[in-house]
Amino acid sequence: MEMDVVYQKSAGLEDVEFHYCPGCTHGIIHKLIAEVLVELDLIGDTIGVAPVGCAVFAYDYFTCDMHEAAHGRAPAVATGIKRALPDKTVFTYQGDGDLAAIGTAEIVHAAMRGEKITTIFVNNTNYGMTGGQMAPTTLIGQKVTTAPLGRSKEHYGSPIKVSEMLATIEGAAYIERVSVHNMAGIIRAKKAIKKAFQLQQEGAGFTLIEVLSTCPTNWGLTPNDALNWLQDNMIPVFPLGVYRDITAEDK
Amino acid sequence: MKGKVEFRSDWCKGCELCIPVCPVDIIFIDESVTNSKGYHPATVSEMEKCIGCANCGRICPDSIITVWREKRVKKAEK
Amino acid sequence: MAKELWKGNEAMAEAAIRAGLKCYFGYPITPQSEIPEYFSLHLPEHGGVFLQAESEIAAINMVYGAAGSGVRTMTSSSSPGISLKQEGISYIAGSELPCVILNVMRGGPGLGTIQPAQGDYFQATRGGGNGDYRVIVLAPANVQEATDLMRLAFDLADKYRMPAMILADGMIGQMMEPVEWPDEPTPEPIAKPWATTGTKGERRHNIINSLFMEPEACARHNEKLDQKYRTVAANETRFELIGDEEPEILFAAFGTPSRLARAAGKILEEEDGIKTAVFRPISLWPYPYDALYDAINQESVKAVVTVELNTGQMLDDVKIANQGSKPISFIGKAGGMIPTPREIAVAAKEALGRK
Repeated sequence: MEMDVVYQKSAGLEDVEFHYCPGCTHGIIHKLIAEVLVELDLIGDTIGVAPVGCAVFAYDYFTCDMHEAAHGRAPAVATGIKRALPDKTVFTYQGDGDLAAIGTAEIVHAAMRGEKITTIFVNNTNYGMTGGQMAPTTLIGQKVTTAPLGRSKEHYGSPIKVSEMLATIEGAAYIERVSVHNMAGIIRAKKAIKKAFQLQQEGAGFTLIEVLSTCPTNWGLTPNDALNWLQDNMIPVFPLGVYRDITAEDK
Repeated sequence: MKGKVEFRSDWCKGCELCIPVCPVDIIFIDESVTNSKGYHPATVSEMEKCIGCANCGRICPDSIITVWREKRVKKAEK
Repeated sequence: MAKELWKGNEAMAEAAIRAGLKCYFGYPITPQSEIPEYFSLHLPEHGGVFLQAESEIAAINMVYGAAGSGVRTMTSSSSPGISLKQEGISYIAGSELPCVILNVMRGGPGLGTIQPAQGDYFQATRGGGNGDYRVIVLAPANVQEATDLMRLAFDLADKYRMPAMILADGMIGQMMEPVEWPDEPTPEPIAKPWATTGTKGERRHNIINSLFMEPEACARHNEKLDQKYRTVAANETRFELIGDEEPEILFAAFGTPSRLARAAGKILEEEDGIKTAVFRPISLWPYPYDALYDAINQESVKAVVTVELNTGQMLDDVKIANQGSKPISFIGKAGGMIPTPREIAVAAKEALGRK
């Protein structure tokens, strides 16, 4: 019986082991990006910008050129790269601490300028790398190491909704929130990431895909329970969907 | 056999994400094996049941799964 | 080539364009706002990119990105804004990227004042960001030199793959002086095989990075940087020594105060017959310690007078160079005020024990 390889590690990923915890969905998101860049034949013309946080070593994982940014500054670094090399594809890969706390100004203004970059925003409701501290995206009542009794709305306010916020900015061409907690979600996430890179190629403007992601280690759950926790607890607060799509408005 | 999977067991972290997404329920954690990372890796029991759907490959965060599927015969060639 | 009258800030911006600047990222702050204003109109005319960032932090990180992509890039600001850029400068130094940073200094600390000062000497020469790194620091004393040093800063940054800073006091940025543009073409970009320009599938990926998780690797990286800095220190010190060949008073000053010291020297010569010379470091890092030691240890020198627009920062380096050999005194004003030549002359006479 002749057989075809129908799935294998993406050629957009280096042949190295990921450092992520078992079952952490960062690895899924990495390969979706790599697969998309290979399918669009962009990997040789792409520069990725890695964040500070769990994905700090992303620069070792993608086969494209990579630039490691300071915490939160990836959109500014990506802006510098894109303005210097406007023909290249540029993406940032950022977590919720990086993007939604220390780097809030940079992401808002990259969107405002309609910077022709793609941001993959990984929301797992905590600072994973440093040990599960509270993030701006931490859910009300969620226990984290700097809010061990649970995030209090009175003390810290409510979780920030990045996609909704950035969707109000005219420079944003495409904003979608997806999730990788099940097969349908993974397929949808890949489509969204592909659309974002295609729009970048077309020069449409700033594109961001928010990906709901798990953190089994800091949530204290098994990887499969973490997928269920995401579905039951995160999606009601962070609803999935397209928040801005200028191509739809054109139609 | 419609499909076949291969796990790069040394890199498996035993996270079990591949287990519930397998529609034919053939993936299990092999507790008789401990890989160099210290994990019991995922493996397949009855390979002949594999349909090559690639769900396990797609969800594996460590990209350690390669999936094969029976060559599709084009209608014209039938 | 004919001399033209230029304002310092605009002249430095024009010099950067002539040096092949491709990308400028900045943020408005007095007294350097003429620089981004000039670039906003003229850099695009030369095929470059001007972008006003949302903050000084963003601006230096845009420089970090563009520098990684291999183009000549710079930012400019004034003291409080330069403080905000320190994080980015540390990353750029750690990642071994070339760029130019222009600081048109104003009074501090905090918001300080918008008038000229030299209060950022420590920050510039000791590294305001975290870690063991160095920045080449060049200090012009007039507008012509400011334009010459701009070109040099880009060349040195590229040569050594490290940030170079022009440390100008607000006076240099704001005053107008004649400039003669050298008759040399804009340099061709040098090859930067380490830059992130896309692999084209023809090479392994380039990574711009300052992170080394293994302490052994980070130690090796620091040793490599240190070796580079020693090479720069051995080859790139610059200074000027002007005045009497057998001075009693040796002034040590950089930037605008060196001119005040010369004026003070004139007063001392004319009124009291006291001979003086001015030692002016042009490179503040690497500091010309050996040359200053030699100047101090001329037999005729009885005292060293350091003149600064701060409360005594370069004074530390003068003391290091001096190695205890001659008495050192200091006159300076911080916070935007400038000592007069007469005040400096009085201080020099006091240093000699004369009234």
